Amino acid sequence: MKQDVPPPYTAVARHAVFPTPSHDEAARYNFLTAFNKYLAGTIGIGNKIAYDSRVLPAFREEHGRDPADRFEIRDAMNEDPWHRYWSALKRNSMEMRQQNGRSITLRQIDELSAKVRQFNEGRDTLQLDPGLPAPHYMDAADIHCMPGNYQGEERPGDMSAGANYDSGLFATTGGGLGALSDGGGQALVEWIRRERPGWTPRRILDLGCTVGHNIVPLALAFPDAEVIAIDTAAAVLRYAHARAQALGATNITFIQMNAEDMSRFPDGHFDWVQTTMFLHELSGKALPQVIRESARVLAPGGLMFHLEQPQYSDDMPLYEQFIRDWDAFNNNEPFWSAMHALDLKKVMEEAGFPPDSQFTARVLAVVDRTIFPQAAEGAQEDHGRAAAWNAYGAWKPEA
Amino acid sequence: MTEESIDWIARAGRRAKGRRPDTLHDYNAERTLSILLAVAAEVSVLKERLDTVERLLDTKGTISRADIEAYQPAGEAAYERAVATKEYVARIMRGMQQEMEAMQAAPERPMAEISAELRDS
Repeated sequence: MKQDVPPPYTAVARHAVFPTPSHDEAARYNFLTAFNKYLAGTIGIGNKIAYDSRVLPAFREEHGRDPADRFEIRDAMNEDPWHRYWSALKRNSMEMRQQNGRSITLRQIDELSAKVRQFNEGRDTLQLDPGLPAPHYMDAADIHCMPGNYQGEERPGDMSAGANYDSGLFATTGGGLGALSDGGGQALVEWIRRERPGWTPRRILDLGCTVGHNIVPLALAFPDAEVIAIDTAAAVLRYAHARAQALGATNITFIQMNAEDMSRFPDGHFDWVQTTMFLHELSGKALPQVIRESARVLAPGGLMFHLEQPQYSDDMPLYEQFIRDWDAFNNNEPFWSAMHALDLKKVMEEAGFPPDSQFTARVLAVVDRTIFPQAAEGAQEDHGRAAAWNAYGAWKPEA
Repeated sequence: MTEESIDWIARAGRRAKGRRPDTLHDYNAERTLSILLAVAAEVSVLKERLDTVERLLDTKGTISRADIEAYQPAGEAAYERAVATKEYVARIMRGMQQEMEAMQAAPERPMAEISAELRDS
C-alpha cells in the first residue's frame, strides 16, 4: 500500500534569505510534520468519537438537551480525558515548531541579518515607521505561540521574526503550501486568471502581508502593477522586503502601516485590495474599520478579496465549529472564534458593497503536486492550517 | 555597526505571551509530556541521521560530515524516510490510538469478571 506521507523538509526552496537548516534541524521539522499529520489526519477523528460516544450522551443526560453552541461543546470536551490529552499533544507540537524555528534562525542571525541588509539598505521599496504603535490586538498574546509575535525584535533592526515564520510554514502545513510556502498567492493568480481573463490591475494592496509569501506570486504575475504590501510589524517587513527582492518581485513596496488608517492613500487608489489569513488576527472594532478603509481606497470596478478559513454559519454543525475553534483557545488566536462567527457579508455591505456585488469562492493552494500534497479536507483536515480557504470577495460597483 | 550578540540557545526557547491552557489538569504531567515529546523528536532525528549515514555509505563507501549536512533525499529515498517517520510516530502514539479504538468498542467488562465466568463455563 502506498503511504500518504509529506515531502521532506529539504524540498523547501531556499531563496537567498531563507534560514539554512542543518541536517538535524530539517529532521526535527520532518518529525513535527509527521506528528501534526498524525494528530490531525490519523487520530483527529478520535475527538468526534469521544464526542459522539460519551461527551454528547453525558451532556444530554445532565441537561436534558443538546449543546446550544460551540462553547458548551468546548466546556464538555475539555472534561474528556482523550480530548484533553490530544490537545496537550497538539499544543506541544506548536511550541516545538516555534523552538525549532527560533533555534535555526537565531543561531545564524548575524549571517541572515547581513544578507537581509544587502537587499534592504538604501531602498525606497521598504518604508518603516518607527513611531507606529503595535495595535492592542497584536500585543494581547503572541499569536500561534510565536514568541514575541510578528513585531518581536531580539535586537534593534531585527528581522528574525520573519525568518522564523518563513522557516516553519512548511512544517505546520505539512508541505501543503508548496516549496516557497506561497500556494495561497499562487492560488490568487490562478483564480483571477480564470475569473477575469486579461484583467490587469494597475495597483494592488496587500494588508497584513507578514513575510510577503502571499503577495509575491501576484506581483510576479502582474509585473507592471504597482504593488503595496503593509503590515504593522517592522520585524516581518524587513524580512519580507529582502525575500521579495531575492525572488525578483521588485515591484512591491513594503510599508509599515496600520490598515485601520490608510489616510496616506487617496480614495479609489487601488484596483485590488487583498488579505490572506489576516482578518482573524484583528479585533471586533478593527475588522470593520479595516474593511471600510479597504472600501475607500478601492477604485470603482476594483476587487476586494479575503482568504480565510470558512466562517461558522448556521449550516455548520456545532461540533465542527467547536473543533475549528481549537486554535482560538489553545494556540493563541484570541480573535479567531469571534471573527469566524461574524456575518462578513453584512460587514462588507455596511462598508459599501451591496449584496449583489459580493461573492464567495473555494480556493485551494496551488503547488507542484508531483512533490507537494493536496491539503486534506473534511474529517482529516488540520483545522486552522489547511491549505484550502474560503474567499469572501466583492467587485466594487462603478460609481 | 556592531550588533548586539544573541544567546541563541537561551532565546530559542523563549515563552510565548498568553496564559498556557491547563489541558491535563496536572502540572507534573504537563511538564513531563513536554520533555517526553522533545525526546521523542530527538529519537526521530537520530533515526533520520543514521538513515542518511547508511544511504551515503551504500552509495559512496566513505562519507564526511559535510556529506551528511548536504544530503537531500529525493524520490524513493524521500518516500521511504517519510514512511519510517510515519511508522515511528504511529508506534509512539499507540496509547492514544488504542484508547480511540476503545471508545468505539462495545462496553467491556473487567478481565477478572470474565476470568471467573470462564472458570465455571
